Amino acid sequence: MTGDLLVQFLAQGAQMTFVLLIAPLAVGVVRRVKARLMRRQGPPLLQGYFDLAKLLRKESVIAESASWLFRSAPYLIFALTWVAAALVPSFASGLMFNWAADVVALVALLGAARALLALAGMDVGTSFGGIGSSREMMIATLAEPAMMLIVLTLAIAAGTTRLAGVADFFLAEPFAVRVSLALSLVALVIVALAENARIPVDNPVTHLELTMVHEAMVLEYSGRHLALIEAASHLKLVLYISLLICLFAPFGMAPASAGVTGWLIGLAAWTAKLLFGAALLGLWEVSIAKMRVFRLPDFVGIAFVFGFLAILLAFLTRGVFA
Amino acid sequence: MSAVALALADLVDDRTASPDGYVRLAVGADTWMALAEGCAAGHHDLGALWADDGRMCLALSAPSPGIRAIVSLETEGGRYPSVAARHLPALRLERAARDLYGLQPIGLPDTRPWLDHGRWPGRQSEARYEFLPVEGEGLHQIPVGPVHAGIIEPGHFRFTANGETVVRLEQRLGYVHKGVESLMAGAEIGQAARIIGRISGDSTVAYAWAFARAVEAALQWAPPPRALLLRGIMAELERLAHHINDVGAICNDASVLTIYARCTLQREDVLAVANACFGHRLMMDCVVPGGVAADLTPEGVGRIRGLMQRLEDTRAEVLRVYDSMPSLQDRTVTTGFVSCELARQYAAGGFVGRASGRAFDARKDFAYAPYDRVDFDLKVRQAGDVDARLMVRLDEIAESLRILSQLLGRLTPGAIRSDRPVTATVTGEGAALIEAFRGDVFVSVRFEADGRLARVHARDASWFQWPLLEAAIEGNIVADFPLCNKSFNCSYSGHDL
Repeated sequence: MTGDLLVQFLAQGAQMTFVLLIAPLAVGVVRRVKARLMRRQGPPLLQGYFDLAKLLRKESVIAESASWLFRSAPYLIFALTWVAAALVPSFASGLMFNWAADVVALVALLGAARALLALAGMDVGTSFGGIGSSREMMIATLAEPAMMLIVLTLAIAAGTTRLAGVADFFLAEPFAVRVSLALSLVALVIVALAENARIPVDNPVTHLELTMVHEAMVLEYSGRHLALIEAASHLKLVLYISLLICLFAPFGMAPASAGVTGWLIGLAAWTAKLLFGAALLGLWEVSIAKMRVFRLPDFVGIAFVFGFLAILLAFLTRGVFA
Repeated sequence: MSAVALALADLVDDRTASPDGYVRLAVGADTWMALAEGCAAGHHDLGALWADDGRMCLALSAPSPGIRAIVSLETEGGRYPSVAARHLPALRLERAARDLYGLQPIGLPDTRPWLDHGRWPGRQSEARYEFLPVEGEGLHQIPVGPVHAGIIEPGHFRFTANGETVVRLEQRLGYVHKGVESLMAGAEIGQAARIIGRISGDSTVAYAWAFARAVEAALQWAPPPRALLLRGIMAELERLAHHINDVGAICNDASVLTIYARCTLQREDVLAVANACFGHRLMMDCVVPGGVAADLTPEGVGRIRGLMQRLEDTRAEVLRVYDSMPSLQDRTVTTGFVSCELARQYAAGGFVGRASGRAFDARKDFAYAPYDRVDFDLKVRQAGDVDARLMVRLDEIAESLRILSQLLGRLTPGAIRSDRPVTATVTGEGAALIEAFRGDVFVSVRFEADGRLARVHARDASWFQWPLLEAAIEGNIVADFPLCNKSFNCSYSGHDL
């Protein structure tokens, strides 16, 4: 029993480590795919790691007007995002802390990280930080309710808000094609794009301060603070791709009863799907223009409407499928 | 003093023009003001305004009867009646002339310094600069620059915004003032030609050509026919390189990376061909007074013909992708609107004017060799938005390719440079207007009796485009400014001199 507990504990630890370690690689894949599609050679796949290592070694320059909030926010944001990313089942659904992997908790963790980042963006008092924070919150007010609706739709279908439970449910019924799930998928993809500051909502590689959302908030950060914020945004990308995999393509994931072999298979499947998802994101980003800021409510609003329709359909058809 | 508007056509009447096409007149203060009033009334366009040895000079043009004049006014104790008081486009020109030469315009509506930032050594001036006040509830200011995030020139933009909507943009320029005009005063021709080719690197051929033509007109110096054709070829290569680059850069600001990548590669192709043909990627110092400094070999002609085919393909491909991307057009259409009325008032040249219905091109309206014998169309659009400015560029790429093919076909062997005539009667003054990719570049020169240059004045197209950018962004959202700015692509260096 004690040995079993230890293995379980190690598996949970492995999941936390894996998401952290693979995150810069996922971002590297996105960048590489985009560069290749633009006929550029692009940075090495491991560039994300080099950048983090460089930033961690560098001095952190802090504005004179910065308060304690500005200094502490990167640590909190990183911690919150890491916990959230580690909660999403990746290679196995029945890990030790799977009872904690509640979707509502997930949304709350991300919301807290976002609030901290927006406050930190305004803390120094530069105009770009303020613009970024204001835009981020505008997007958040639309993306968060949409996210909650999606979550509830899935909860109605699976009968639980535990992510592991939802994953188990879809693992058990892989062919249950439902309209409400399709709508949720579209809505979740839109929310994921908005939350990760990707095109068409934001452009992660732009140097134009006036058009930035996420980057504008973190303009004043440097050194280890910036490294933590960058790492957090990498983790967030992994989190959302994992979430999409866990909910809509969980095949290969080790069920609760699986042993080490099942976990290894699950890990391979998850890694492959994650990198495939990152490549798809790169492809998407070169094929569309960035939107006008005032068109964003329409775009993210679609996610909300789809989420709403999904939950409505889920309610109506509950009697049929339950 | 209220003056009645005077049309340039009535003043010039039947006076004969100098060899450079300009009628030169010395006028009194009353006529000066009447001409300023005529600018405001739309009788003629303001081309340039500069100080020359205690006189104020005003270049005016009326394209429809095809007359051009340089009108000069003797100042009284360094004071003269302000043109800007009647015709606002002269405002920055007068502020700059006052900062650089100390001539005081009387009645200037805005007396703040322009190029002088209070940091020039050996000179006392006020470093404090008051931006125009904006009042209203919920307004906030966003200062941007002069140091920008990208690798671009410095300039300060002060936005006053209501949330995301821009209420006012005020520009502050002058950060790259280099004292170009005083460097050229007293210089030999060759030295001045090198300096003027460095005013704005992206228009180096146009500047060098304008200077060469002005000098040639003053000295009655005729370049050989082959040199004229080669100048045209270089100027069109320069236009092609920067138009295609601009198209890509505009799309990049809307985050459309594919078009950006394609256009950047194509620009590199043009520059590489220019380097192979003329020995310099930007063709700097290739156009010199009396002709050109680099000849085109038959292999070079082949290279350019190959390049033209690739450019044609790129243009078609970019146009196809642009047309099939509603998400991109959503960014460009109706963004950054400049009204036809404003474009006319400011006599905005280049794609800025032609996208807002101003059908002016120095190659057509005041055609100079070799364009006087070239068949091409002047493409004008009325919409005045980012989309129109982008489409005008794509139209002009097609026309430039037509021009290139005609010029290449007319090339015959011959000299590329003639010697300076020794016995020529020197009129002492010359001016030229050359169409750069950005718009018309005006250069005026005056010689000393000893053959040195007494005064060289260069006016970039940007002088009349920067103020329109302030108008274009009004009512747009802050996040669309980079897109508008890129669609104007004004020169900082050419403006700050």
